[in-house]
Amino acid sequence: MSTTTSTAPLLQVTDLVRHYAMPRETLFGTVPLVKALNGVSFSVQAGRSMGIVGESGSGKSTIARLVMALDTPTSGSVELEGRDLHKLPRDALRTARRDFQMVFQDPYGSLDPRQTVARIVAEPLEALAEIGRAEQRERAGESLAAVGLRSTDMDKYPHEFSGGQRQRIAIARALITRPKLIVADEPVSALDVSVQAQVLNLMQDLQQQFGVSYLLISHDLAVVNHLCDDVCVVFKGQIVEQGPPEQLFRAAEHPYTRTLLDAVMAAPPHRLG
Amino acid sequence: MSALPITAPGGAAMKVPGFWRRALHHRSFVFGAVLTALLVLAATVSLVWTPWSPYEMDMASKLQSPSWSHWLGTDSFGRDVASLLLVGARASILVGVIAVGIGLTVGTALGLLAAARRGWVEEAIMRFTDFSLAFPAILSAIMMTAVFGAGIVNAIVAIGIYNIPTFARITRASANAIWSREYIAAARACGKGAFSITFQHVLPNISAVLIVQITIRFAIAILAEAALSYLGMGTQPPQPSWGRMLSEAQTLMFQAPLLAVFPGMAIALAVLGLNMLGDGLRDLLDPRLARAR
Amino acid sequence: MALLEVKDLHIGLQTQRGPAEAVRGIGFSLERGETLGIVGESGCGKSITVQSLMGLLPASAKVTGSIRFDGQELVGASERTLCGIRGNRIGMIFQEPMTALNPVHTIARQVGEPLRLHRGLSQADARKEVLALLDRVGIPDAASRLDAYPHQFSGGQRQRIGIAMALACGPDLLIADEPTTALDVTIQKQILELIRSLVAERGMALILISHDLGVIAHTVSKMLVMYGGSVVESGPTAAVFAARAHPYTQGLFAARPVLGAPRGGRLATIRGSVPELVDMPPGCPFAGRCSHTIDACVSTRPPATWLPHDHAVRCIRLDEIAAEGVAA
Repeated sequence: MSTTTSTAPLLQVTDLVRHYAMPRETLFGTVPLVKALNGVSFSVQAGRSMGIVGESGSGKSTIARLVMALDTPTSGSVELEGRDLHKLPRDALRTARRDFQMVFQDPYGSLDPRQTVARIVAEPLEALAEIGRAEQRERAGESLAAVGLRSTDMDKYPHEFSGGQRQRIAIARALITRPKLIVADEPVSALDVSVQAQVLNLMQDLQQQFGVSYLLISHDLAVVNHLCDDVCVVFKGQIVEQGPPEQLFRAAEHPYTRTLLDAVMAAPPHRLG
Repeated sequence: MSALPITAPGGAAMKVPGFWRRALHHRSFVFGAVLTALLVLAATVSLVWTPWSPYEMDMASKLQSPSWSHWLGTDSFGRDVASLLLVGARASILVGVIAVGIGLTVGTALGLLAAARRGWVEEAIMRFTDFSLAFPAILSAIMMTAVFGAGIVNAIVAIGIYNIPTFARITRASANAIWSREYIAAARACGKGAFSITFQHVLPNISAVLIVQITIRFAIAILAEAALSYLGMGTQPPQPSWGRMLSEAQTLMFQAPLLAVFPGMAIALAVLGLNMLGDGLRDLLDPRLARAR
Repeated sequence: MALLEVKDLHIGLQTQRGPAEAVRGIGFSLERGETLGIVGESGCGKSITVQSLMGLLPASAKVTGSIRFDGQELVGASERTLCGIRGNRIGMIFQEPMTALNPVHTIARQVGEPLRLHRGLSQADARKEVLALLDRVGIPDAASRLDAYPHQFSGGQRQRIGIAMALACGPDLLIADEPTTALDVTIQKQILELIRSLVAERGMALILISHDLGVIAHTVSKMLVMYGGSVVESGPTAAVFAARAHPYTQGLFAARPVLGAPRGGRLATIRGSVPELVDMPPGCPFAGRCSHTIDACVSTRPPATWLPHDHAVRCIRLDEIAAEGVAA
């Protein structure tokens, strides 16, 4: 169950619903609806990480988009530090974005191939329009250093980097405004196992260094188990089970969670000697 | 996804060190570039020098075959054909540049707007392009010059207006494909508005398509100008024009067939060159490079 | 005679920075009914290897060595010969069920295509066969869906259709290139079960490519670990999993987050990154990234060291590594 503490949560999602209207099939009559989310609620405490686990069509990516205010909910609220993001006026939302950033799944699609790494990483700062170009570049350099890339990489283009390095650049971009929350949508799914390990270690280090919270969306239970303090299992637009990973993955209550666990093919032995 | 060779390293392709090396090995590109360069060269040179004055009539030496004094011969008024061709190139280029320019600026703006706003704005713009494209191009141009008068300016406007819906459609199709990319979502997640995203992310990534389209439409503009001048509606005498040279040569086909051959070849080579350049650029700017991971 | 014998296979490709060797002298054999898994990360050459078995490499690729399929040499074989084998004696299942099927043809037409091509069946006969195949692979209500299009099926169902297509002519060898990577975990289990049962039922040989060690453990009896175009470790799955002799294999196992492991620990990583094909060292491809590298590793290609149970490892420092392991 969600942790009960006396401090207000960093992120509070309440009864989030998102229905999409499909193109009409008949001229009169009801419009077909896709019910992507049917009332999802959870909270994330500052400094802790929440994992959202589900398969395709479960609604987990919709959750990510709604939390990032890239899409508007049909009903329900997303509150960051007590403020409902979808009720903020446009300018207030733009400045609020400093506190929550996103890392996307596809390292090959989430970086503009026509821009240098420096510009890509500094984009969140540029959108806030608070500091000048020179300072933006300096901060970009710092962010890149924090993810293990060099300042000489700043003037290169994305196609000059490997998948793992591109994902680091994406993480550097998400970090540059020192956000309190990073929403990571399948950040390591497209990466090889050894590269995945490097990026996961990096994410852990950054959490310790900067105190950032992660909302990690993934289909990979092992990744979520490794990185997150709490897990929500999503199925057909609803959360079916919620709790710390140790509890969830060892003694799952909901049948769907059990199905998921069964399907994971663990490479024996389960523990490394 | 779109079948057009858009984005990704479309323009970043040029920054890859091997681009010019590949370009110089690409037969279509080289051939096209050479012919296009010749066209531009002809027009430029004609500004400072021509073998003879294209306006000077010399009835005594009319309808001469090519010789050492008149390299390509003379026409029915004794004017030097080579000089006429050189100066005629100017008209072709002028029409091409301005007509394509009109289409590019207005059409691309409309296309970008349609892709950024979607909804009824997009519908309205697309219906407008459907409507415009429904009119046959040359007939529309003829109609306009008939109404507003013949002359190069009106010809340019007529041809240019037709470029607008073409560029609008192509821009919108390519831009739509870009809008669904993840780096656009990343830019939105930073708080960027549609206007900034359009100019900072979308436009650079569709530049490859636009460049190719420019060469194609340039060739079409040259052909259109020649057609209009042939019909007497484009460039007016005494301004030389390849199309009008063809028209004048028509009646003299059996007496001096070369009079039709030279302007005809000039038109054909210009159009061929531009099309090949466009083909070459399309190949070279292909996002094939995106797969070299 | 083995169904498939690959000896000293070298494949050269044209890369942006010039020609490079994508596969450097690999060899393995496969009997009828045997299952082989190939494990490796991107760029290790696993996909290129199976593509060469089908003759599906780009025209600029240079292949030397020998691939004998049922006694017939495939390297240098004519396109005609290869066409006769593809879809007929060797079937292939691809990674992306979304794009492996032609969106404008009905599934009856697509699954029936190999039957009409290789067996010369009429459209009516092919249709009956297709129905039987679709039933076997578990497409519900197949009879009424024969004339449906790929987009009307889910990802898992499309992969089943792809399997039906690969099996249509009763091939002797089935190649599955990451068949479940693009699918959900629950579907993945069903598809692998299906492949396993079909292979057992029809006595086919199976080559399964995967980056997922769990999938390999549950599906195949023999395995190859590939890195940088070479096979660094090979042998029965159980032996390789138990011994993990090669440093790369060890690194691969150690880098995975494991369900049930305590949180907060760091994952062991392999330092550095995979060099580009043109930059591969001439000796062991793992030299430089391996913590046990010595000069001899970089210059000479390590010969195969044979461990019990037909288990081969290409590493010259096995003894030292084993000694360290005991001491630690």
